Amino acid sequence: MTPKTLFDKIWDSHVVRSIQGGSDVLYIDRHYIHEVTSPQAFEGLRQRGVSVFRPRKTVATADHNIPTTNQDQPIKDELSHLQVEKLEENCRESGIEYFGLNDPNNGIVHVIGPELGYTLPGMTIVCGDSHTSTHGAFGTIAFGIGTSEVEMVLASQCIVQSKPKKMRITINGKLQKGVSAKDMILYIISQISSGGATGYFVEYAGSAIESLNMEERMTVCNMSIEMGARGGLIAVDLTTYEYLNRIPAVSNRHDFKSLLLKWRALKSDEGAIFDHELQFDAGGIKPMITYGTNPGMGMAVDDTIPHSESASYIKSLDYMGFRPGMSLKGHPVDYVFLGSCTNGRIEDLRAFASLVKGRQKAPGITALIVPGSKKVEQQAVEEGLDTILGEAGFELRQPGCSSCLAMNEDKIPAGKYAVSTSNRNFEGRQGPGSRTLLASPLTAAAAAVTGVITDPRDLLNE
Amino acid sequence: MQKKKFNILETTCVPLPLENVDTDQIIPARFLNATSREGFSENLFRDWRYNDSGSANEGFVLNDPRYKGEVLVAGRNFGCGSSREHAVWAVSDYGFRAVVSSFFADIFRSNALNNGLLPVIVPEDYLNNLLRIVTDDPGTRVRIDLEKQLFSVLPDGEPVKFDIDPYRKECIMKGLDDVDYLLSIRDIIKAFELRNALKYENRDNGHHPEGW
Repeated sequence: MTPKTLFDKIWDSHVVRSIQGGSDVLYIDRHYIHEVTSPQAFEGLRQRGVSVFRPRKTVATADHNIPTTNQDQPIKDELSHLQVEKLEENCRESGIEYFGLNDPNNGIVHVIGPELGYTLPGMTIVCGDSHTSTHGAFGTIAFGIGTSEVEMVLASQCIVQSKPKKMRITINGKLQKGVSAKDMILYIISQISSGGATGYFVEYAGSAIESLNMEERMTVCNMSIEMGARGGLIAVDLTTYEYLNRIPAVSNRHDFKSLLLKWRALKSDEGAIFDHELQFDAGGIKPMITYGTNPGMGMAVDDTIPHSESASYIKSLDYMGFRPGMSLKGHPVDYVFLGSCTNGRIEDLRAFASLVKGRQKAPGITALIVPGSKKVEQQAVEEGLDTILGEAGFELRQPGCSSCLAMNEDKIPAGKYAVSTSNRNFEGRQGPGSRTLLASPLTAAAAAVTGVITDPRDLLNE
Repeated sequence: MQKKKFNILETTCVPLPLENVDTDQIIPARFLNATSREGFSENLFRDWRYNDSGSANEGFVLNDPRYKGEVLVAGRNFGCGSSREHAVWAVSDYGFRAVVSSFFADIFRSNALNNGLLPVIVPEDYLNNLLRIVTDDPGTRVRIDLEKQLFSVLPDGEPVKFDIDPYRKECIMKGLDDVDYLLSIRDIIKAFELRNALKYENRDNGHHPEGW
């Protein structure tokens, strides 16, 4: 038999039929929805007089526009309130499971999916959100879709897709102390640019990937879209099983043992052909920071901003208030954001807390520490992380997408610098005029206690 | 649902010679809290188009009365970032029927095709030249022939061929819709579900089998 890639194994087993010219009707096992990209899809179904085809395969949460304080009270912003209300109503009418603001399972869609056991290896997963690639950490084909496609999935549990090309990114070696999965993916994106993987689906492999835990793998897969890839995935291994074994909804399944056996095939066969292959060495990666307005504009935190003549590049640096050749170490910071579907998990809170423990928040820093879900928040409290944060002058907010896209009131003011653990540093992403520097939770913590851009290794070695 | 059909378009262009224009620029997140598809054109390129005070930024091309037309010509990697279809709705709602670039972000491209907004992919050199021509002479007219998959600068520019998936081409030319197609094959989808259910005897989570 011809050796197959992991991607092909999952894709091919989900093709309902192929359409002349190369597109496939792809069956979707899991569909996540949220308040911002779904209302028009439900409206479309209503206009067609069609009901949701497989309501139990869709799971809904409110996360994008919600406040991260006083969640027990009604949402003040009228339009956001209406959007969330609409989602609840649409779910109720269609029989879709919905985790609203005061539900103990509420949280960011890409955080709750895995932690509640809705994301399982071998699945095809879509959501009207480009960071759906997060779920690829579990050996799934997971990618973001538009609202028209949300409507397709609601109507038929399928979408029409042409098969992307396949790329394998192999990262061997061992990450240095103080360097995290976030630095790894920011480094890769800086090497291949924000459009470098457009048209591809990426499989991450190699010893450095294998040694990551599931939270770290999710961070890597999450940012696949930031290099243009439709998604990214990682083969299933013991780490995957151990994570799933800790989730009661999964390990209590009567067929859990047979699923484990089935999932063993979820890796690329030896000799499988990829359209493109790239290799990196994990040992050479340093803590990273971005200096521009797309995630490809990143460098080691102790490096200097590169030179380029491109008009877009110059416009970008102007926006940031930086110039080529400049070093960012020691540059003042105004805000720190820890959270998002990239770095809002318990491991991220632990990393942040480990560095700020015994230190104090720098004067002048406003910090937004936002857990990715109610469960993450609860676990942080159980582990005493909230106390550590509190003693260092930080406060744990309530879960949501928050300042990652600033649809709610968690906005960074114009001209202010924010070291952010989120995924995008686009102009105005965190609020009109805001200046975002993407980094790991450790680098964010280092900025939070020093008030300036700092190499976290300098503090870890103290 | 029947959508607007696309075949031949002859029009002037609006040049946007910037690379990596992301969907947060096309429509900032703070304008996404609507529950309908209409009205997004007002906030197309909001933060480039308007000053902080709300007045028009005269330096931005959409506020330059010389540039008008139904085709937006933009630098490479147009539409990267968020999957928000609102970006496509905003571009369409403003009156554009096609966007020309050297490559598009994948999700933006499929969203565009699903809304009858034609993404035209031309070689990088051709694009840079086109941006120059259109910027220098706002009266430049271009022609898009979808049937033949040809893009040209009128009156006598050498046509350049562009790629489009044959299924998408047919949909956009006839104004057809994927949802209608998928609804028409629901029985085939049910048969697929049944085949997999028998294969894996896996029925406990939802009506039908899941997973690989």
